[in-house]
Amino acid sequence: MRVFLVGNPNVGKSVVFRRLTGMYAVVSNYPGTTVELITGKMRAGKGIAEVTDLPGTYSLEPTTEAEKVTVKMLRGIEKDDIAVNVLNSTNLERGLALTLQLVKLRRPMVIALNLWDEAAHTGVKIDARLLEEMLGVPCMPLVALTGEGVKALVDSLPRARVSRLDFDSARRWDEVGKIVRRVQLITQKHHTLLERLGDASLRPLAGLVIALFVLGISFEAIRLIGKGSIRWIFEPLFEGLWSPLMLRLSGLLGGDGFLHMLLIGDLIDGGIDYGQSFGLLTTGLYVPIAAVLPYVFAFYLVLSLLEDCGYLPRLAVIADRFMHLVGLHGMGVVPMLLGLGCNVPGALAGRIMESAKQRFISITLMAIAIPCMAQVAMIIMLAGPYGAPALALIFGTLAALWLVLGMILRTTLRGESLEMVMDVPPYRVPFLRGLTQKVWMRLVSFVVEAVPFVLLGVLLVNLLHYFKVIDAIGRAASPVIVSLLGLPPESTGALVVGFLRKDVAVGMLIPLHLSFKQTIVASTVLAIYFPCVATFAVILRELGILGTLKSTAIMVATVVTVGGLLNLMLRLAGY
Amino acid sequence: MSHRLRLVEMRAGEQGVVFEIVGGIGSKRRLEVMGVRPGVTIEKMTGSPFGGPVVIRIGHMRLAIGYGMASKVMVEVKKAGPS
Repeated sequence: MRVFLVGNPNVGKSVVFRRLTGMYAVVSNYPGTTVELITGKMRAGKGIAEVTDLPGTYSLEPTTEAEKVTVKMLRGIEKDDIAVNVLNSTNLERGLALTLQLVKLRRPMVIALNLWDEAAHTGVKIDARLLEEMLGVPCMPLVALTGEGVKALVDSLPRARVSRLDFDSARRWDEVGKIVRRVQLITQKHHTLLERLGDASLRPLAGLVIALFVLGISFEAIRLIGKGSIRWIFEPLFEGLWSPLMLRLSGLLGGDGFLHMLLIGDLIDGGIDYGQSFGLLTTGLYVPIAAVLPYVFAFYLVLSLLEDCGYLPRLAVIADRFMHLVGLHGMGVVPMLLGLGCNVPGALAGRIMESAKQRFISITLMAIAIPCMAQVAMIIMLAGPYGAPALALIFGTLAALWLVLGMILRTTLRGESLEMVMDVPPYRVPFLRGLTQKVWMRLVSFVVEAVPFVLLGVLLVNLLHYFKVIDAIGRAASPVIVSLLGLPPESTGALVVGFLRKDVAVGMLIPLHLSFKQTIVASTVLAIYFPCVATFAVILRELGILGTLKSTAIMVATVVTVGGLLNLMLRLAGY
Repeated sequence: MSHRLRLVEMRAGEQGVVFEIVGGIGSKRRLEVMGVRPGVTIEKMTGSPFGGPVVIRIGHMRLAIGYGMASKVMVEVKKAGPS
């Protein structure tokens, strides 16, 4: 038996999925969080059922890529499968519009009336018994977030039926209206403080002020949490506890040789320097854990808070006009923000854009001009000693590039830029357990996916150095690297490794003691240059071979142009 | 008294009934599934200077609609009286 969770976006399907399977799926308070099929297992009666969390859809005539996935899966539902149709009780009408389309598929289904508590709070009363009678399928009230009604929902699965409701498809909305009028009773409630605040953040002027304030606070919080935990927790740990161990190991290895070079790297003034030693156990562990993880943690903490309270759709409304400049609409802020954490989910989130052109623009812009948090952390480490002007130049260049490249893509690419029609969900006080779980899962996936690649990157660097391959590549690439970009030939290695992991690549520049100008050029070039291999794989899947080739060609042209111009302008400015 | 306006021409706070959606089948369908159909009562919540999106309220749901899309929605506006 298979169970499919289907319903409108942002009705809580992923929370229901988590309740049924105990497996984690990312949950956020905005439409379009789930863009892929997620499958898990649940106990059903005596057997085990496979549960699939489908991306949300408003109708079976899909408009976005994620919706197409859903519709394709639904058409494949077999006789002994069950569709669990999750509805948002506060918006019964829109939910039932999809339900009636599902009815026409003639498959066994159960209806879960989620957000039952929120409906009660807002003054919506639904007669679930009567609805069950009218549709001929079980209708179960549910508060998935707290788990209320989950057991009853599971127990109702064997009662899943093909609905016997009969109506004319062309008059679907009339039928919806008829049902809603009979089962739903609405009493007006006074607006809460949260609602009033929510409305203010949608107004053009007040909303803009609030948006700038929220973003400002967010970035400051990320900076403080990241920097603070490095200084007070991770540096003392590595310097005080790990370094003595590594020095002892270095002694055991005889202080030299192939293995010493691989594991410990170079001793700087007789000690370990995590920025420069470049051994697997020294820099290879320090970069992902002490330099990058604190910023990744801080970023996901802040982002998850903004997501769960429901601020992102408001930000989308305020940013909509601006995002039109680059051919996107307000929801385009989602792939960009996610990309700032890690480019992989950023590229996946391109699916929430409706048209092929917008998907291409959002993915290409994100991959080229948005550095991931791991890279940002390392750039801060590399360019930090040169102070705020250096950081402002690097991130300012990337921001300007984002805008200019976006405008070029908007005007030159064929295809249409669709506009947004988006639900603005109410603010919700984040559910603490859900929030900590989300941050934890994102951190685990960072550690699991990033650390092996970082170690692989450091290993590759050492091997390339040992066998003098980097020197050879450096000589071959020197026309571009040295003449055009003004970088030392040794920095070629960073560009090679950059394809594996951007943070390691930036780290490789630290022992080179680059000048102010070289630091700016190298950091910016590395940010624009090829996305890491994990992101590249997602882009390949999302855009196809031709799209990826096009995106890559744009990337190469951009990196040469921007790097060359930056080098030239800084030289003219006297650096 | 009532008069017909495009959604983008309405003032913030005004209410009205949607009577037509001009434009292609694609936009019609996207608006329809989100609950913007002829006969539905809406309230415009925010204005849209410089071509920004319009936010409307349908029942207790809030919906943001891009400027171009919103200019395809024709509304029979109720004269704002002392309600």
